[in-house]
Amino acid sequence: MSETLERVAQIRTEAEDAIARAATSDELEQARIKYLGRKAELPNLLRAVAQLPPDERAQTGRTANEARQALDRAIDSRHADLATNELNRRLEQDRIDVTLPADPLPNLGGLHLLTQTRREIEEVFIGLGFDVAEGPEVETVFYNFTALNTPATHPSRQKTDTFYISDQVLLRTHTSPVQIRSMELHPPPLYIIVPGRVYRPDPTDATHAPQFHQIEGLAVDTDVTLGDLKGTLEVFARSVFGEEREIRLRPDFFPFTEPSVEVDVSCFNCTGGFLADGSRCPVCKGDVWIEILGAGMVDPNVFGFVRDNGYDSERIQGFAFGMGVERIAMLKYGVPDLRMFFDNDVRFLEQFG
Amino acid sequence: MRVPLEWLHQYCRPELSTDSLAQRLTMTGTKVEAIERHGVGELDNFVVGRVVKAEQHPDADRLRVCLVDIGESEPSQIVCGAPNVAAGQTVAVAKPGAVMPDGTKLGKAKLRGVVSNGMILAEDELAIGTDHEGILVLEDDHLVPGSPLENVLTLATDVLEFEITSNRPDCLAVYGIAREAHAATGAELDAPPWSEDPGGGGPVEGVTIEVEDPDLCPRFTARAFDDVKIGPSPPWLKARLTAAGQRPISNVVDITNYVMLLTGQPLHAFDLDRVAGGALTVRRARQGEGVETLDGQTRTLDDQMVLIADADGPTSIAGVMGGARSEVEPGTTRVLMEAATWDGPNIHRTAWALGLQSEASLRFEKQLQPEQTMDAQAVATQLMVEVCGATLNPGTIDVGGDGPRLPTIALRDAHVESLLGAPIPRERSAEILRSLEFEVWLAPEGLDTTPPYFRRGDITREVDVIEEVARLDGLEKLPSTLPSRHGAYGRLTPRQRLRRRAADALVAQGLFESVGWSFAGAEQLRRLRLADAPVVELENPMSAEQATLRVTLLGSLLDAAHRNLAQGAPIVRLFEAGAVFLPDRGEQLPHETYRVAAVLIGDVRHPSWRDADPPKADFFAAKGALEGLLRSLRAPYELEPGAEPFLHPGRAAQINVAGSPIGWIGELHPLVAAEWNIEQTVAAFELDLDAVPVPPTQAYRDVTTFPEVREDLAVVVSEDVPAARVLDTVRRGGAPLLHSAEVFDVYRNPETLGEGNVSLALRLSYRAPDRTLRDEEVAERREAIASALAEELGGRVRAA
Repeated sequence: MSETLERVAQIRTEAEDAIARAATSDELEQARIKYLGRKAELPNLLRAVAQLPPDERAQTGRTANEARQALDRAIDSRHADLATNELNRRLEQDRIDVTLPADPLPNLGGLHLLTQTRREIEEVFIGLGFDVAEGPEVETVFYNFTALNTPATHPSRQKTDTFYISDQVLLRTHTSPVQIRSMELHPPPLYIIVPGRVYRPDPTDATHAPQFHQIEGLAVDTDVTLGDLKGTLEVFARSVFGEEREIRLRPDFFPFTEPSVEVDVSCFNCTGGFLADGSRCPVCKGDVWIEILGAGMVDPNVFGFVRDNGYDSERIQGFAFGMGVERIAMLKYGVPDLRMFFDNDVRFLEQFG
Repeated sequence: MRVPLEWLHQYCRPELSTDSLAQRLTMTGTKVEAIERHGVGELDNFVVGRVVKAEQHPDADRLRVCLVDIGESEPSQIVCGAPNVAAGQTVAVAKPGAVMPDGTKLGKAKLRGVVSNGMILAEDELAIGTDHEGILVLEDDHLVPGSPLENVLTLATDVLEFEITSNRPDCLAVYGIAREAHAATGAELDAPPWSEDPGGGGPVEGVTIEVEDPDLCPRFTARAFDDVKIGPSPPWLKARLTAAGQRPISNVVDITNYVMLLTGQPLHAFDLDRVAGGALTVRRARQGEGVETLDGQTRTLDDQMVLIADADGPTSIAGVMGGARSEVEPGTTRVLMEAATWDGPNIHRTAWALGLQSEASLRFEKQLQPEQTMDAQAVATQLMVEVCGATLNPGTIDVGGDGPRLPTIALRDAHVESLLGAPIPRERSAEILRSLEFEVWLAPEGLDTTPPYFRRGDITREVDVIEEVARLDGLEKLPSTLPSRHGAYGRLTPRQRLRRRAADALVAQGLFESVGWSFAGAEQLRRLRLADAPVVELENPMSAEQATLRVTLLGSLLDAAHRNLAQGAPIVRLFEAGAVFLPDRGEQLPHETYRVAAVLIGDVRHPSWRDADPPKADFFAAKGALEGLLRSLRAPYELEPGAEPFLHPGRAAQINVAGSPIGWIGELHPLVAAEWNIEQTVAAFELDLDAVPVPPTQAYRDVTTFPEVREDLAVVVSEDVPAARVLDTVRRGGAPLLHSAEVFDVYRNPETLGEGNVSLALRLSYRAPDRTLRDEEVAERREAIASALAEELGGRVRAA
């Protein structure tokens, strides 16, 4: 073996050893420069191959080249190992306390529970083919009482029961005036619900406030029946309070409907008026039935006020109902006090956000 | 209306438990609100006793030690505190074990060292009256000591408390309820208590009645009684009145109340000797005329009210309250018993105007029927004779007579079915109506019917008859069906969808919806510096704070913010949507607009261990919320400096949409915030949501096929040029290729920019819908922008 070949073998051994010993990327780089850099011996040997005697050139060139390639591979391989080790070490140092709190969530808002309840009810009736109609909160005596067949002496007209702006103008005491306004605008068939704010001079307590919200319903067609009212309200009750609900109609009296009924829904909170632990149900007070709304067949006298727009009581008939949004929300969500709706305490609002 | 079951049973006895009866009546329209147990309990322990001996208690002046025969082998020793107890009396005795009206159980007691085996009872201790002056002495000497007291007196009864609807004044009567019980249960109904009238018709000697206003007094009847002995009513009468919730007073007054409770017709008893001239006139009052009523007060009437006068002037207010001058008193011996029918609306008006609701006026105002007067006279006559020992003078004064002829109303089978959704057989309808005392005849299409006189006001149309049939046949039999709808379909209007979307957009930005009061008051307006704003005022507000309607949503939002801050909330982000009310001269109703408003107070996000001090909500936080709202509604907007009395003068703007002002945004004036005890910056806005146009359907634009070109541009302008103007100029200069331009940095440095200048860094995006832009095209627009800035605003583009 020539002296040169021996030297190549020696360099290779030395370099492989240095590469293997390099403990950091820097040391590896130092080794690379030392053995493969521009001024290193092995590359110089390769460059000098041309000057060797012809019979040595081929073998020396091949051997030196092999050595260089082997060292390149060794460096790459060692480099990969070191990079992995160093990354692992760095990642290890990046360790965090995963139990620290998260970044705060983006502010979460929410619709008021009354709005959620209103929308839920609206959606049930939209699905049943009802439009949503609205009307002014400040109304005339005519729309609020007279056109709804309320006798001139009915107690509801009194100043103890109605807020007045003037003799003929008041804060509507129910959403029913929109029945008349809608019938004036649209000939039958008419299927509407009327959500909105209403006012009565009731002192504020757990179940009363001088303002509250109602949803009125009105269906007028050639063949709408009391049975249709029952079926419609059954769908409503089941949608809002659960599929198992039953409703019952009780005779009652309202000036604007005849026959008039009070509608009860079977309690969703108990079985037969009692809870599993044998205590009396706090929702229905042990009665099994919960009063939820008033309803009836539209009184022919009411149609008399819009007769010219196609509402001839010999040809058409209809049902109407009215419910309190607060009452439905209190029942459904177990809210114990109506005042909470108007306190707007964020701790209350957040629960339903 | 309280109806003691014991009294009801005198006329109708359904074989049902009290609960079942209440249930059945409720389900047929006569609603029982409550069932109360009235009287005493453990009735076996209440017996008749005879006082054998009554002696002074050795150690107590006011007590007596009595020996009472209660039918046992030995007389029972009972200590009694009543002054009137005496040997020989027949009395009511409660033995140990008896349960008193208040629920306490009687035991053996020792009073001042003497054993007492029970009590000798006073009226109030039996809940048959209010008398506690002395023990109840039973007048009947034939009673056997030890026999059950229950055989002598009604000691306990269930009382049904009804909620009677305003169309059924006939049910404000025990007999009226008995009729309903009969119709609802089928139990037999006894003949009415007035079926035998001891009196007769014809004039009454010495008494004349004139009715000047028959329109307001359809019928006036009167009977005269002599030899009246005023005194306490017998126990049975007191017991019934007490159970029905009326306080016994004296026999004549008690009779008027008893007859009213039984028949529904109020009566009034005059002391005939004090009716001046024996003549009564029913007439409208003169404006300002005074009457001294039973309660001793002088009431001033107006000329729409009706009074009853004698020769000396007014003696009572018709249908509302009797007068003091001719009131029955202990020495009265001659009584004129009046039963009249009044015009309901008129009585209603009078009672409310005078603030004088009585059991009588509450019945009259629902319109009683003329026939009821004679029902009441018949029963009253029986009782005057029986209870007061009175003699009826012959004759009955009757001005007006019976009511108008009752109508015949057709009940068509087809109508019953079409209104209810299910048929009711004709025979069943006839049966129901007869049970309600209708007259019924078969007719070709169904039935011809005539309601009884006491339903004259309530039953006037076919639909009223259908209701009667339906409620008694049972509403539970109705089918559950859905309307046929004939092409009607339901959906929200575009405006309704826009309102929902607006609320959802604010929720998405972390705001909670608040629901405030529509009411406001002078104080709120003063705090908002809006004291001069025109407002809608209530005639009858509940309080000064609720005397007007709100003209802004800001007040109720600040109330809510204040409450939340006061309870320690670190961040308040609230919005409200709803009507405000602006007076509209020339229109009957005020202008109602649907607004949305928001307030932001405190950190824009919650602080954390990584971000201990986030920025506080300020003008730009509110602007962000506003922009999120309007972007969701696809409503481009502009702000221009504005002013509201309640806003920080340097941080207030007017919101313009489509060139018109629709609201305001800003930071609250610190002194206004201080009115709500808020020290922090309050950022807020309010806008008229009805003024935001419903966006048209968005048509597709190609924004993906060709790339956009983005570049940044720094623009130097004088500080007094608003950023919006810079952007406006840039947009116009960059048109039509400039797609968007936004300010992303603001930089001030007098040394590099010059005094009074500001540099705005803009992010620009260019695009063409049909091609990829060439560099030269973009450069051309950039130069156009630069020259527009220079020409219009005296600005320049800084080297990039």
